[in-house]
Amino acid sequence: MSDTKEVLFGLYDDEQDLLKAVEAANNKGLDIMDVYTPFPVHGLDHVMGLSESRLHQAGFVYGMLGTLTAFGFMTWVFTRDWPIIFGGKPYFSAPSFIPITFELTVLFAAIGMVVTFYVVSGLGPGITNRYLHPRITDDKFCVAFETAGKSDDELTGIRNFFGTTGASEVHQKEV
Amino acid sequence: MGSVIAPVRDHLIEGSKTYHDITEDICRPTETMPKTMWLVALLLSVTVLTVGIIAILYTIWVGIGTWNLNRTIGWGWDITNFVWWIGIGHAGTLISAILLLFRQKWRTGVNRAAEAMTIFAVMCAGLFPLIHMGRIWLGFFIFPYPNTRGPLWVNFNSPLLWDVFAISTYLTVSLLFWYTGLVPDFATIRDRSKGIRKTIYNFLSFGWTGSAKHWQRWEALSLILAGLATPLVLSVHTIVSFDFATSVIPGWHTTIFPPYFVAGAVFSGFAMVLTLMLIVRKVLNLEDYITLNHVESMNKIIVLTGSIVGVAYLTELFISWYSGYVYEQSAFYNRAVGIYWWSYFGMMFCNVISPQMFWSKKLRRNVTFTFFMSIIINIGMWFERFVIIATTLARDYLPSSWSYYVPSLTEIGIYVGTFGLFFTLFLLFTRVAPVIAIAEVKAILKTSGDQYIKANAENIAAKAKAEAVEETAH
Repeated sequence: MSDTKEVLFGLYDDEQDLLKAVEAANNKGLDIMDVYTPFPVHGLDHVMGLSESRLHQAGFVYGMLGTLTAFGFMTWVFTRDWPIIFGGKPYFSAPSFIPITFELTVLFAAIGMVVTFYVVSGLGPGITNRYLHPRITDDKFCVAFETAGKSDDELTGIRNFFGTTGASEVHQKEV
Repeated sequence: MGSVIAPVRDHLIEGSKTYHDITEDICRPTETMPKTMWLVALLLSVTVLTVGIIAILYTIWVGIGTWNLNRTIGWGWDITNFVWWIGIGHAGTLISAILLLFRQKWRTGVNRAAEAMTIFAVMCAGLFPLIHMGRIWLGFFIFPYPNTRGPLWVNFNSPLLWDVFAISTYLTVSLLFWYTGLVPDFATIRDRSKGIRKTIYNFLSFGWTGSAKHWQRWEALSLILAGLATPLVLSVHTIVSFDFATSVIPGWHTTIFPPYFVAGAVFSGFAMVLTLMLIVRKVLNLEDYITLNHVESMNKIIVLTGSIVGVAYLTELFISWYSGYVYEQSAFYNRAVGIYWWSYFGMMFCNVISPQMFWSKKLRRNVTFTFFMSIIINIGMWFERFVIIATTLARDYLPSSWSYYVPSLTEIGIYVGTFGLFFTLFLLFTRVAPVIAIAEVKAILKTSGDQYIKANAENIAAKAKAEAVEETAH
């Protein structure tokens, strides 16, 4: 990672404290860089004003792609490329295409969404992202601010904010 | 994190755990040296696996003739074992997907191990059709690739090909689902470890940071994958049942097969989850996370699905009589009281009669009894597949070709070998990955931890008391 940035962050011991802190930061107009938690905290995306994930829309598109691939391919094979009569049924015997069409719909949607998830999140095999504190994946809830472009007063303001909202630890680190 | 906790809910995490305790308890097995028992178990599994590998190589070298299949009975232990393992492989996805959609919190204690079990069971299952092809090195013929024979495509109308698609999709989606759940937990181990372990877990954790946006997407992904996996898991065993139901063999040619197979699969899958989890919770000291409440919930599903299976057996008998179709009647007569009567009896006893014991709450919460029952059920479900396959084929259209089938040593060797494969993989899994979903258990701590449930119940009781006092004061 070439572009390092200086980060000031506070660690909270409980998710309720974290939610209150994020709300307080919003009220004060502090621009949070990111929030890190050991598990999905419900209501956090709402408080942070994160827009809803559009993964399901992507999933729908991938799924449709699977549907069309499977159904279209089987239709082409049995009506155009090599028509064979099976059991006296018509060449285009749509009901018997349903199982494979369904399976490929699910397969395309699942693989597509998982790949999309890792790509848009910047995660994947061989990727190392620097993390702020080893206990974020254990039991600490972290609110992080970027220090770049902030005056000393503003930084003191953030430190005070951590103090008043009950952060148990405050650190400054380059990541 | 809901602030409202239903006081009627039983706790799912015992021992007043903190978030840090959860991390410690669940990561410990991956961080300590294995016990001698584990090594002995691994050695045993690998030995059994070796037996299986020898039997498979012998089959491939000499040919399918080493099996006791014959003109009448073309499917024997091979397909029985295939359907049995696939059935076992249904519980993992059921627990992680369907129970996620139903918001069942007890899922979190067992989903990780159940999903692992699913993947290993599907691997064992997939082995059988592959070997059964005879010329395994031409196995790629099952895929519709542009070949030099025309191209001559595979038959998309055949349930056997649907099986190929269903099972490979199921294996892929289960793996993706399982691994996506593991990524945050691998990050937890990564952040606790040093040296070579850190390098390995750093690679496995895909650079996970725990960012709020990632968690949001991760949850969205889990939910949609669950939504996709739910019809998928139902479709897999439905399609497996089509292998039989779309044929014209009396005893197989029945429309009841899909729901009957799915219920049976869930039934046997839960039994196998119980067999494994009751050992895991004991050996890895995870009794605080896989509590008696979890065991009881699973036993409730067992009694439900066992009863569905029982109804299916009786419906089958009734319909064969009511149809007035003599061939169907004869097939079922032979199934129940014919040469394989003992396997029919075994199936009825293990699958229908014995699970009824779980109507008793005391037995549902008895670990020893549950363990015993879980094995009985798996034996019963194996008998069910054997009954459907072998007894039906043993009495086909021409009495002159009626025959009796006993597996050869090679067939037994392959079946035993799959246990070796299954347990070797599972034993390795318990050492390298957290057997319980750490992040998911933490997420339910505030609503299902015993200390919170207790405090909440006390609060509610105190409030009720205060209100009662106020009432009388008026």
